[in-house]
Amino acid sequence: MNNAFLTWFRTRGLFSWLALAVVLLVLFPLLLDSFRLGLVGKYMTYGFVAIGLVMLWGYGGVLSLGQGVFFGLGGYAMAMFLKLEASDPESTKIQSTPGIPDFMDWNQLTALPAWWEPFQYLPVALLGVIVVPTLLAFVIGYALFKRRVGGVYFAIITQAIALILTVLIIGQQGYTGGVNGITDLKTLLGWDIRTDSAKLVLYYVCAILLLLAILGCGWIQRSKLGTLLLAMRDKEDRVRFSGYDVAMFKTFVFCLSAMLAGIGGALFTLQVGFMSPSFVGIVPSIEMVIFAAVGGRMSLVGAVFGALLVNFGKTYFSESFPDLWLFLMAALFIGVVLAFPNGLAGLIDSHIKPWLARWRTAKAAAPMAPADPAPPPVPAAAAQPPEPSLPAHLAQEKT
Amino acid sequence: MSMTDLYNITLMQGFAGLSLFSVLLLMGLGLAIIFGQMGVINMAHGEFMAIGAYTVYLSSVLAERFVPGFVQAYFPFAILLAFMVAFAVGWLAEWALIRHLYKRPLDTLLATWGLSLGMQQVFRSTFGPKEVSPTLPDWLMGSWSPSEGLDIPINGLFVMALTLLVTGLVMLALYRSSWGLKVRATVANRPMANATGINTRRTDRVTFAIGCGIAGIAGAAFTTIGSTGPTSGSLYIVDAFLVVTFGGAASLLGTVASAFGIAQTQSITEFFLDGSMARVLTLLTVVVILMIRPQGLFAARIRK
Amino acid sequence: MSEHDPSDPISLHRRRLLQGMAVLPFTGLPGLSFGAAPPTAKVNTTGLAVTDTTVTVGQLHSATGTMAISETGSIQAEQLAIDQINAMGGVLGRQIKVIKEDGASDWPTFAEKARKLLVNDKVGTVFGCWTSASRKAVLPVFEKENGMLYYPTFYEGLEQSKNVIYTGQEATQQIIWGLDWANQTKKAKTFFLIGSDYIWPRTSNKIARKHIEQHLKGLVVGEEYYPLGHTNFNSLINKIKLRKPDCIYAVVVGGSNVSFYKQLKAAGITSAKQFLLTISVTEDELLGIGGENADGFYACMKYFQSLNNPNNAAFVKAFKAKYGPKAVIGDVTQAAYLGPWLWKAACEKAGSFDIDKIAAASPGIELKTAPEGYVKIHPNHHLWSKARIGQIQKDGQFKVVAESPSLIEPDPFPKGYQ
Repeated sequence: MNNAFLTWFRTRGLFSWLALAVVLLVLFPLLLDSFRLGLVGKYMTYGFVAIGLVMLWGYGGVLSLGQGVFFGLGGYAMAMFLKLEASDPESTKIQSTPGIPDFMDWNQLTALPAWWEPFQYLPVALLGVIVVPTLLAFVIGYALFKRRVGGVYFAIITQAIALILTVLIIGQQGYTGGVNGITDLKTLLGWDIRTDSAKLVLYYVCAILLLLAILGCGWIQRSKLGTLLLAMRDKEDRVRFSGYDVAMFKTFVFCLSAMLAGIGGALFTLQVGFMSPSFVGIVPSIEMVIFAAVGGRMSLVGAVFGALLVNFGKTYFSESFPDLWLFLMAALFIGVVLAFPNGLAGLIDSHIKPWLARWRTAKAAAPMAPADPAPPPVPAAAAQPPEPSLPAHLAQEKT
Repeated sequence: MSMTDLYNITLMQGFAGLSLFSVLLLMGLGLAIIFGQMGVINMAHGEFMAIGAYTVYLSSVLAERFVPGFVQAYFPFAILLAFMVAFAVGWLAEWALIRHLYKRPLDTLLATWGLSLGMQQVFRSTFGPKEVSPTLPDWLMGSWSPSEGLDIPINGLFVMALTLLVTGLVMLALYRSSWGLKVRATVANRPMANATGINTRRTDRVTFAIGCGIAGIAGAAFTTIGSTGPTSGSLYIVDAFLVVTFGGAASLLGTVASAFGIAQTQSITEFFLDGSMARVLTLLTVVVILMIRPQGLFAARIRK
Repeated sequence: MSEHDPSDPISLHRRRLLQGMAVLPFTGLPGLSFGAAPPTAKVNTTGLAVTDTTVTVGQLHSATGTMAISETGSIQAEQLAIDQINAMGGVLGRQIKVIKEDGASDWPTFAEKARKLLVNDKVGTVFGCWTSASRKAVLPVFEKENGMLYYPTFYEGLEQSKNVIYTGQEATQQIIWGLDWANQTKKAKTFFLIGSDYIWPRTSNKIARKHIEQHLKGLVVGEEYYPLGHTNFNSLINKIKLRKPDCIYAVVVGGSNVSFYKQLKAAGITSAKQFLLTISVTEDELLGIGGENADGFYACMKYFQSLNNPNNAAFVKAFKAKYGPKAVIGDVTQAAYLGPWLWKAACEKAGSFDIDKIAAASPGIELKTAPEGYVKIHPNHHLWSKARIGQIQKDGQFKVVAESPSLIEPDPFPKGYQ
């Protein structure tokens, strides 16, 4: 395993991963002012969701339109802790019940609900960030994959779940803050998260965690599990007949993507300073899929770049061409799907890498290291457009 | 509270359920063809409905300005026009976009999502960001009151009648016409259909356009109930997909049954609970049933 | 790092070191404009975007997304006021330049753009936001970066900030007097409260319920909330028919309004049979609903387009000249129009564009030229204003049928209503 990891790191990951690391850790902080850097920090949290989708969708062949649910749950878990810290009796003394979050007071709650209690403690909140999304993903995934629901059906059911959670959060505003969300978060264990220096620290935390997450996912891709996922995506039945429990593997990768989304959500809350149901719903969930699609659904690093690029585009276009930016976003989606099904990373794989290889072989008359064949050993399926595991929309019931 | 009151309210509540049923069915019908039959995940379905609604609005403005005498009668023509406009746009979208993606159903989702964003901006640039509603003929408004305390909304009756008509026509076309035969053949086995001389490309295009046209009719009908804005389409999309999926994607009868089931659940829970909680409960029921029975209520029998 | 004296060599060294470690963003600190002309230096001591001839302000509304429907009127009114002020010679001798940002109906985008306006553009003030959620999202930014926001919408109250001037009514200003009127004039004793499901309707109905139960000794026979954008109200209407309230008290917002009133009419609930009071329908909403669908129902606002006074006549005339004869003006549009004028008055009273000085100067500022009549800023940064009852007419306008005798004091944290 270790050897495989090293091979992966050398042949595929090293360059692009290092490039991403340099961009995130050195280039952006040097070039951008604190405002833009804060934006990048925010976009990076979507990067977590995007790499989760690479694992789930690119490798597992399962498209979830409900990643916003997990992003939101992670974010809310974090926000609950921060809100409780911000609602000490001293700063909430104008309320009729001091010491509880302001929105609860407005909704005539007179005591902290029991399920909020554990979130007074940071370790519990951090655990919640990871466990709550993962657990929900497990319940949904296990129920659906055991019954061999896949493809479009899975997408639509997860979408419905995103809608349910949004309506629920908005409707239960005494407990959740409603449409406004949980706002006005100030400090983390007494450390003011709104200052520029705090934002810089959080930026680095976010970047490093993201890079680590990519390494982790890369390791999974190169492990036997990754191979199995690919095999499952392309010929599910054969994997099943070989004696593997397909449903469990799919559930695992769904949980993984949910966990990553949850971490992203928590970091989002920390950097932006609030959490609201507008990240849980259908639209943000689809946008998250778009990030992965633009960057390349088979490439972890590509997906992060996709998340950064789409969001940059959104911010830039909406600042510069407020009337046209929806058109440009539309063109981006359609263009990527029609022309570059493997996204930007696919573009690099199919055009730039062969060109580089040719250039290198032409130049290198001298004997090269044998372990460097011209086209890098991309996972087999990355070379061709990834067909979803189930070719027809009706195929999910086949046995 | 007298018995007649209770009786009247039960009747009206029954009608409320039926009227929601027809709304959901009309919404899902176009999608049942596009998604159920063709397998295209058309996220722009709501926007095609908005096209229909805006067509009606435009017709009403034009009728008011140029032929004021026609205002009482323009509505049926506007619905027809809505069908044609949505049909034409659907035809165009199939040609430009969808036909490249039949082999990648999940990608149609992304592409049509992009399409829906573009269409929303077109609506916004053309009609402005504010919601509009057409001037409706007087005969469509108000209520029909067969007895004291019993009021049946006329627009509800109208939508119901229209739904029955459209559903009947679609059923007839799908199961009794040569087009329907071609569609079903193409869905069942594309290469074989091709081999028997069916022009599957053409069939696809017409089918997609008809699905969009029906969405246009739905949008036109909804102007009697609500208003139309650039983003109204996105309100309908989840409901439409749930109706079709819940019914069993490939079965038109399933769509009818699921629209009925969802509408009754929603309208009854709404009567006893808060509106928001009713919505959560209804959606949750649908999702749980789908988890237990992923093929939907009516599964198509297809030999693999 | 800023606790070091910049001339201190160690600090300089450290600063350079830190820059190497990617802390460039910190160098853009304000206070470096030594070459500025004296008057500017006098009126602008905190590095805002003020030159000898211009002052830059921000405008932050949703031009796209679901809220664009509502916010367009505010955008137009603010622009009109700014044009008029510029034509009169500007503020402290400077022309107002506007940077427009689109919040896109998305709360984090609002926060992001607010930060951009304050940190990057260093605007003198911001006119913007509409929904409570967007205001809640930007409020920490305004407090942290010390900016000024003129917020136009009637809202739920429970908030007060040095950095915000609320030009719309807080909940009690709109609700209590209206309910008293319903109780006295229409003899309403039983109420059915209906709202869209978010904070403003819920808080408003909470205040309404307390007032009905404790002060009017009436009865709330139903309280219901529907998701934003909900379009099917038939079950709700049946419930209303079952409970037979004297008054339907409606706080339905946005597109749902159209469905709600169309379906009420279709179910035979018209003003001939039923008394309905709303605090969420203005002339803007009536455009979509259609006056004929809500004809005869009542709304409680502080402003109606049909208000008969010289200020309003001039305002309506100017608005229509700029945006076409079919343009309508709702309560919030008028409140948005007040923003730039109140800001101008505050700057002139303070003799400065500095945020702290404006905030300190604002209480007590009067505006005798307001279309709604006369307004005054309360020390709590809300406006004293009147409440009025309008009856919906077929043409989509209101007929003003009642008016509170005096200005109502804003009370964002009402005792006994929480």
